[in-house]
Amino acid sequence: MLISILHRVTGDGLAIVGASALVWWLYATAAGAEDYATFTAVASSIYGRIVLIGLSWAFIQHLLSGLRHLVMDMGAGYELKTNKMWSITIMILSIALTAALWAWLLVGRTL
Amino acid sequence: MAAGSELGKVRGLGAAHGGTDHWIGQRYTAVANLLLGLWLFASLVLMPSLDHWAVTGWLHQPLVAVPMILFLVSVFNHLRLGLQVLVEDYVHDEGLKFATLMLVNFFAIGAAALGIFSVAKIAFGAAV
Repeated sequence: MLISILHRVTGDGLAIVGASALVWWLYATAAGAEDYATFTAVASSIYGRIVLIGLSWAFIQHLLSGLRHLVMDMGAGYELKTNKMWSITIMILSIALTAALWAWLLVGRTL
Repeated sequence: MAAGSELGKVRGLGAAHGGTDHWIGQRYTAVANLLLGLWLFASLVLMPSLDHWAVTGWLHQPLVAVPMILFLVSVFNHLRLGLQVLVEDYVHDEGLKFATLMLVNFFAIGAAALGIFSVAKIAFGAAV
C-alpha cells in the first residue's frame, strides 16, 4: 500500500513543485543572465538543495513505481510475493539512486 | 428511481460514461515522460556546466529545443490528468470540485505555455 501512496504523493509533488521549478528554470534562462543568477542562487542555497534532493528522489521513485504500474497494466506481477518484492526493491532502489546521484553531484562535480 | 433489478438499473450505462481517454492519455504521456525525462536527466547531469551561457547554447539547438517542448507538452498533460484524479478523489463538494479542476487546468496550460515560449525564445534567438 505504501508504494501506491508514494506514487501519488511523489506525482503530485512533482506536478506542483517539480513542474514549477522546471518552468522557472526555462523562464529564467530565456529572461537573461540576471534572472538566471537569481534562479541558481535559490537552487544552490541550502533550502534549494533540500527541495532539489527531494524532487530528484520523487522523480526516481515515481519513474520506478510508474514502470511497475505499466507492467501491472499488462496483467503481470500480481502474485503476492512478486508484487511485494518489487514494491520493496523500488523503494530501496529510489533512495539508493538518489543518494548515489547527489554523492556524485556534490563530490564529483559542482552544480 | 424506477423499479427494476439492480443490474437492470445500471446495464448499458458503462462505468462512468467515460474515462478510457483519461486512462490511455495517462499511459501515453507516462511513456513519453519516461523517454524524454531520462533524456533531460542524462543531458543535465552530463553537461560540463549549467551556467547561463552553457544552458542557452544547449537550448538553442533544434534537437534540444524540440524534445524539451515535447517534454513540456507530455509532462503538463500527464500532471493535468494526475492532479484531476487527486481532486476527484478528495474534493467532494461539486462547486469546489469544479473550481479546483478549473484551477488545475489553468495551471497546467498556463505553465506549459510559459515553458514552451521560453524554449522557443531561446531557440529562435541569436546564436550564442
